[in-house]
Formats: sequence, C-alpha cells, structure tokens
Amino acid sequence: MSAIELKYAIPGDDFTRAGEASSSIKMRLKQMGFDPCFIRRVAIAVYEGEINMVIHANGGEIVVNISPASTDITLTDDGPGIPDVELAMKAGFSTAPENVRNLGFGAGMGLPNMKKYTDEMDIQSEVGVGTTVRMKVYANAT
Amino acid sequence: MPMQREQHDTFFHSVHLEKDLCKGCINCIKRCPTQAIRVRNGKANITKEFCIDCGECIRICSHHAKKAVFDPFDIPGRFEYTVALPAPSLFGQFNNLDDPAIVLQGLLDIGFDDVYEVSAAAELVSELTRNKIAEGNCPLPIISSACPSVVRLIRVRFPSLLELMPPLNPPIDVAAAAAARIAVEKSGLPREKIGIIFISPCPAKVTAVYSPLGMEKSEVDAVFAISDVYPRLLQVMKHDANSAAASKSGKIGIGWGGSGGEADGLLNDNYLAADGIENVIRVLEDLEDGKLQEGLEFIELNACAGGCVGGVLTVENPFIAKTKLKRLKKYMPVALNHLDGVVPDGAYQDFPIKYEPVYRLGEGIEENIALMAKAEELMSRLPDLDCGSCGAPTCEAFAKDVVCGIAKEKECIHLLRDYLHKLSNEIGD
Ligand SMILES: Nc1ncnc2c1ncn2[C@@H]1O[C@H](COP(=O)(O)OP(=O)(O)OP(=O)(O)O)[C@@H](O)[C@H]1O
Ligand code: SF4
Ligand SMILES: [Mg+2]
Repeated sequence: MSAIELKYAIPGDDFTRAGEASSSIKMRLKQMGFDPCFIRRVAIAVYEGEINMVIHANGGEIVVNISPASTDITLTDDGPGIPDVELAMKAGFSTAPENVRNLGFGAGMGLPNMKKYTDEMDIQSEVGVGTTVRMKVYANAT
Repeated sequence: MPMQREQHDTFFHSVHLEKDLCKGCINCIKRCPTQAIRVRNGKANITKEFCIDCGECIRICSHHAKKAVFDPFDIPGRFEYTVALPAPSLFGQFNNLDDPAIVLQGLLDIGFDDVYEVSAAAELVSELTRNKIAEGNCPLPIISSACPSVVRLIRVRFPSLLELMPPLNPPIDVAAAAAARIAVEKSGLPREKIGIIFISPCPAKVTAVYSPLGMEKSEVDAVFAISDVYPRLLQVMKHDANSAAASKSGKIGIGWGGSGGEADGLLNDNYLAADGIENVIRVLEDLEDGKLQEGLEFIELNACAGGCVGGVLTVENPFIAKTKLKRLKKYMPVALNHLDGVVPDGAYQDFPIKYEPVYRLGEGIEENIALMAKAEELMSRLPDLDCGSCGAPTCEAFAKDVVCGIAKEKECIHLLRDYLHKLSNEIGD
C-alpha cells in the first residue's frame, strides 16, 4: 500500500503564517483524490493544532502520514506543556492571553474540535518539556 | 458572427489566448490564481479545466495576448426584437448620473427594443436569500453564487463548501426569464426571434451564459461587453432628454454592482464581503479550516477588486465607479421589487453544481499517493526558486507536471545544468 509523509516546521508567534500547513496539506489531499468531507476533517484538525502551537507553544512541527485508508497527524512542540490535559480538552477552557482573545482566538474550542473531527486523538504532555498530539482520521469513516 | 454554444462542455471559456500576440513571457503564469497557465514552446497555454475566467491574465498581459470573447455589438443582428439586460455595474461607468433611466433610454436609442434591468431582478434574489436565511433550514453561512468565477473556483478547489451555496441562480437568470416572457407578450413574436442580450462587466458572465452550471441552457441569447456598449451610449445619452424609459431599481439592486452591495441587500450585519480573487481564496481557505462560522450568515465573494465594477470589460476605474454607484443610490428607495409570495422563473437551479476534481494527479488513490511521493522527491531536488523558466508557475507545479507526464525533468534549467555538469565531468575523467 502506498503512503507518503509530509513535514512542516511551524514558527512560533507568527499569526500571519498560521494556516499555511493546513492549506498545503489540503491541496495535496485534493490532488490525491481524497473525499472532500475527509479533507475538511483533516484540515480543521491540522489548522487547530497548528494555531495552538503558534499561540501556546512557540511553534513546533507537524508530521502527516497519508495512506489510502487513513491520515495520521502528529503535532510536536517543546513548549510549556499542558498541566491538566483533561481540563484542557473541555469545551470553553482556555488560558489564552487577552491580546490573543482580542484577535478572536481563545474560545477554548480548538482541542474539542480536533477531537470531534478526528477518529482517534491522544495527547502526551509534560510541563516544561512539551506536548505531542496524535490524531487519526479514517478515509472511509462517516 | 454569434458565438458557438458548447452545450456539453462545462469547461468552455470566454478567456482565451491570441497565440500570435503571445511572447511567451511568464507574467500570466505567476498571476493565475488557479495555476491554469503553462508556457510551452514559447507560448502560453490555458488548461481549460483549471481556468475560472477571473480575467487576472487579461489584466497582467502587457502584450494583450489574453482576450475575453463576447458577442460583437450587432442589433438586431440575427434577432427581430432585442432586449438589453444591463448589469448593475454599467450604471457606475458614467459621470454625474442621477437617474439610471438616462442609461436605459440610451440603450433604447442605440437600437434595443426594450430594456430589463438586472438590478431589478437582483432585488428579488436578495429577498429570496433573506428568506432562505430566515427559514433556517440550510447550512450557514450561505455563500453567494452571483460571481461565476467564484462558483467555478469552488467547484474545482473547495468541494466541501459547495453545500454552503444555495441552489439559487444569479440575478441575470431571473432577469432573462422575465425579460423573455415580457418580450414575447409585447412583440407577439416567437421566442426564437427575440434576443435577450446581457451587457456584461466580465468574461466570467459570458462563460456563465454560454456554458452555464446548474442549468441546461441560459435564457440569455447573446452577451455584449460594457466596454463595447459604453462609447455608443456616450454618443446618445442626454441629461435633459424626456426619457420614455423608467428605472425599476432601488438601492438594493443598484448596490449589487459593487462589492458589499449584495450583502447590504440582506439588511442585517451578519455578513462578510470579500473582493479580489486572492482575498476570496483566503476566505474560502479559512472557511474550509472551520474558521469564520460563529454567527456568520452570509458571505459575498467577488473575484474582482471592488466587485463587478472591477470586471475587465468595464471602462471606469473600479473605485471611482463604486463611488458613482453610491452617489446614484443616495436618493433611491430601498427596493422597488418584491416577491409578493411568488417565486420568479429562473430563480432556482435545475440541478446541483458538482465537484470537479480537476487537480487530481491520476485516477486511483493508490496511484495518486505514489505520484505525489514522486513529486515530493523531485521537489527536494529543485531549487525552490519558482523562477518560471520551465513554463510552470512554481517548482511545485513543475514537479507535478513532470510526474503527470506533461513536462520533462530537463526542462528545468537548474536540473539541466546539474546534468550537463555531471556529463562534462564524466567526459573529463
Ligand atoms: N500545544 C500546546 N501547548 C501548551 N498548551 C496548550 C497547547 N495546546 C493547547 N494548550 C492549552 O489548552 C487550552 C485549550 O486549547 P484549545 O485549543 O481548546 O483552546 P484555545 O486555543 O485556548 O482557544 P481556541 O482554540 O478556541 O482559539 C489552551 O488554552 C492552552 O492552555
Ligand atoms: S466580480 Fe463580477 S465582474 Fe468580476 S468576475 Fe465576478 S461577476 Fe464578473
Ligand atoms: Mg486553540
């Protein structure tokens, strides 16, 4: 079975570039002929993860593994880490600073949306070390 | 000679290349928002599956090799009775215009038998859209389907957003249906002897008439360019004339000519209006990423900066034209056209617009992933300069062309140079 790996370095604190990785991944998935609904789910998951790394972790790396059956997304950063993952996953929970909220981020919906739009999601985080978010989206899931 | 209708080709285009004028420079390949153009053998080529008729290549080409095709001004021409359908943007082309009727009278004076303002129909489409939002049974935000360039962009590149476009046709189709019915009544002639003629700001609307999406055949019989009709109107338009024609448009309808106008017609603030094709793409990308949903009910998108007054077949500077429309609207009533519980003919699409996966590298997903992997490998060997010498807009586009068999690796001058180096080293050894 054919597969492909795509890698993106995400610079920290640069809002203007947030969305570039998601945009590139989307285009490639379209070029590979994936179903539009599936592409949208991957796009939302990647975008939310990308923006979280920019806002909360001073950047990081996105690795996407694409095969006909599924796409695996791994977001890795060496930011401050998440002290209470369960709490962070709650809809509406956010530690976003005021200046970020003014920009329209910080509704505390990113992680819950990532969970909602993917089939599997796992967060490994250690305070002071960093965070790794793994997500899986199946191509033929509804 | 009237243009040929290509009934079954939904990739017919008004925008085309005049080969003799093309110098093979790479300005247009860089400007095209869908990467539809390649320079091969010293001439530009437009891939028709990617082209959305936005007119960007016409704007950038300094050799005037990119053209928009439309019907030559000829009335009555092949018809016995003609009705002009002026686009709202036409009214933004004139100085000191205080009443659209002056333009309408001008259209009669240059030979049309009757006029029907697209802006009048636009008010009905605004009301239909308001009702759709109020009914609350469609996904929000609604994306406007008024700009054919945007519709074509969405159908090839943003398939998951197709569901946000309601099955409504743009005002031109509502206007054409009404104009045809009235013309048959007034003239007593059979429909085929009547010419419903749209006066267009852009090639995209020419394409939408000759190769419509969502319907089998447009009610519009021919399309003239604003730039072609404008000088003729200037010769006959008089300010103090007793005009037999009266305008049936209000603020809402005329407003459709500039960006933000259609959204204004919804009479609420939960909208977003973006103009200029790059801005439109950004909004669509954001929508696809799940941004922008909160409380947003409507998205107006115009491929041209400034809206339709910025179309490549208009004459006036778009921003000046927008100001002129604003002035013209000032003392107008809000709207002069109301549904009164009736759904007008031509308002709804006959069938939904389908996703066209033109960007797909090959046929099956297995094969495509393998092709993508090859393209990524090739890209790692390219200089990432996007220099355009290979005729493709970016190194990435070139790599995909190579794996799809449209281009050869050695057409990249950098790869060729490396290859020649290696060769001369081998000979030297
Ligand atoms: N990569 C990360 N590193 C450190 N903390 C994180 C990271 N991702 C998320 N968090 C923490 O989890 C919280 C919730 O994240 P979530 O994405 O759900 O909301 P948000 O980013 O605050 O707001 P929104 O995503 O709605 O704009 C964040 O406020 C932040 O404290
Ligand atoms: S914005 Fe108006 S003028 Fe420009 S392409 Fe779209 S419909 Fe035509
Ligand atoms: Mg977030």
